[in-house]
Amino acid sequence: MTAMDASNVVLSRQLRAQQIADGAFRGITFLCAGLVLATLGAILVALTWGSLPALRAFHFSFFTRDVWNPVTEQFGAVAAIYGTLVTSTIAILVGVPISFGIAIFLTELAPSWLRRPIGTAIELLAAIPSIIFGMWGLFVFAPFFARHYQPWMTNHLGELPLVGALFQGPPLGIGMLTAGIILAVMIIPFISAIMRDVFLTVPAVMRESAYSIGATTWEVMWNVVLPYTRTSVIGAIMLGLGRALGETMAVTFVIGNAHHVSASLFMPGATISSTIANEFTEAVGDIYYSSLIALGLALFIVTITVLALAKLMLRRLDFRLR
Amino acid sequence: MHRGLKVAALLGAVLLAGAGTARAETISGAGATFPYPIYAKWADAYKDKSGVALNYQSIGSGGGIKQIQAKTVDFGASDMPLKPEDLDKMGLMQFPMVMGGVVPVVNIAGVKPGAMKLTPTVLADIYLGKITKWNDPAIAQLNPDLKLPGSNINVVHRSDGSGTTFIFTHYLSQVSPEWQSKVGENTSVEWPLGVGGKGNEGVAAYSKQLDGSIGYVEYAYALQNKLAFALFQNSAGKFVAPSSETFQAAAANADWEHAPGLYLLLTNQPGDKSWPITGATFILMYKTQDKPDTARAVLKFFNWAYANGSDMAAQLDYVPMPKNVVDLVRGLWEKNIKGVDGKPVFDASMAMDGNK
Repeated sequence: MTAMDASNVVLSRQLRAQQIADGAFRGITFLCAGLVLATLGAILVALTWGSLPALRAFHFSFFTRDVWNPVTEQFGAVAAIYGTLVTSTIAILVGVPISFGIAIFLTELAPSWLRRPIGTAIELLAAIPSIIFGMWGLFVFAPFFARHYQPWMTNHLGELPLVGALFQGPPLGIGMLTAGIILAVMIIPFISAIMRDVFLTVPAVMRESAYSIGATTWEVMWNVVLPYTRTSVIGAIMLGLGRALGETMAVTFVIGNAHHVSASLFMPGATISSTIANEFTEAVGDIYYSSLIALGLALFIVTITVLALAKLMLRRLDFRLR
Repeated sequence: MHRGLKVAALLGAVLLAGAGTARAETISGAGATFPYPIYAKWADAYKDKSGVALNYQSIGSGGGIKQIQAKTVDFGASDMPLKPEDLDKMGLMQFPMVMGGVVPVVNIAGVKPGAMKLTPTVLADIYLGKITKWNDPAIAQLNPDLKLPGSNINVVHRSDGSGTTFIFTHYLSQVSPEWQSKVGENTSVEWPLGVGGKGNEGVAAYSKQLDGSIGYVEYAYALQNKLAFALFQNSAGKFVAPSSETFQAAAANADWEHAPGLYLLLTNQPGDKSWPITGATFILMYKTQDKPDTARAVLKFFNWAYANGSDMAAQLDYVPMPKNVVDLVRGLWEKNIKGVDGKPVFDASMAMDGNK
């Protein structure tokens, strides 16, 4: 009886120690996660606080006016928001199909000796600093693009109804289209690496049963693998989009940095982050300085809106499939 | 025991000596990127001579003004001089340190450096978007010998805020009333058209790549990148080439003595040889110094640079300040920069020191 009591005491003591350790662990992980929320909150507060002078001067029209004049201290974010959305859209339109192709090839079609080298190459591509992409874009891609592709695009696509205006203009090589393409190259490694990883999580049983009833590779990808990994794939795209929206250096090199909204993708534009990078160091005067911070706030809002829309889309999709 | 004591004493001596060298004086400054290469070169040579090191952060003129206001640095540096009333409000004085020229460059097949002639009106009209083709009569008339293409003029400007842009737009504002009313002058402006490159190197890269382009860069960048600079008409109506002589001619004719707060821009200066788009870069310091010793060290450095730095400046394609301006600045240091006790930080005997 006493021996049993003693062992009970030991057991309960052990249990108690484990409970404390458990609690401490929970607390620490909560703190780590909480730090993210706190940082986000602090950034939002700091951005709002910093943009107050600009918002007080221009009110809501800061987000709706197409003007950026440091001389008269009149500022509006439309050109920068437009440039950000256009370049990111191009990046997604170009980057996602290519990433999808890479991921399909690596998981379904590539011979196994080829998978590892290509996979490593993609991961290496993700590690290249953005300024290298910017310099490559400016010194190598832009002149090549201007000489060989832009005139062709103007001749063949420039006359099309609706989209024709997008491809008209002088072949400068630098501009919103070039920036979008460079961004696509930069986000492809991220999206394709995640896509490949999630495609590999599909149980072999599902894939094999689809093949066994005579489905083609495309049918297996489109009807089995993609629906199964839908959420993660959209997550991967969102991660790429997040990088495209915020990318600074590479875009600054190739976008041409002009504060105008132009219909043509060949024309120079500006994004929110390129404007901040260009002008922050020499921004003298409270309104100018504050307007640049307000641009940061605009990027914050744009990113949150885009992510919220994506979540909403995902929920709709889930609902329809059910 | 005895030996241990000896070792300890030796160790102590070594430590003390080490602390002595580690406490070598450092002066700190922040601001304009344009003069950074020459400040760094001067600082290096001055450290060898005097042991005083300079910690200069080239974060941009706007940043320099903010840093000196926050008193985190001993001096600020700006490419754009502050207006006298702003100086008074902040309790600062400013003085010009070194000069440079801004040069219009063109990229047209077959046109060599110094081959094209441009006038102020033509330059302003190109940047306003009123002249859009290279074979426009206004340009053709100036350059009867050149074969000008009928292609579009690709206008290139700086995308980042910069002193170069300030000097360039200040010049255009002076020669073109339309530019002044439509665009104005600043470290960055709302450009009517064109593409923006980041930094002198960005503009140089765009100018090289775009056929039929026109841009503006610091003189040194035009030389290094072998860009085709243009001959430019000055206020005396003469066409001049950019060079240290024409920059210096612009500075020599400037009337610094009657410029309150040394607020003076060297654009569009009179004189047959003056390059019209010239500018100086400025140093900002507090008039009342909490730490007179540090301020003295800073002024001694600049004094030395005025006296001994001209050759180094010329090597890097900067233009040193003329002697009469240097003497004027030394006098102003003595008159204006004081400790909290009201004693001047700098005096004439130190000015002589610098000449050694």
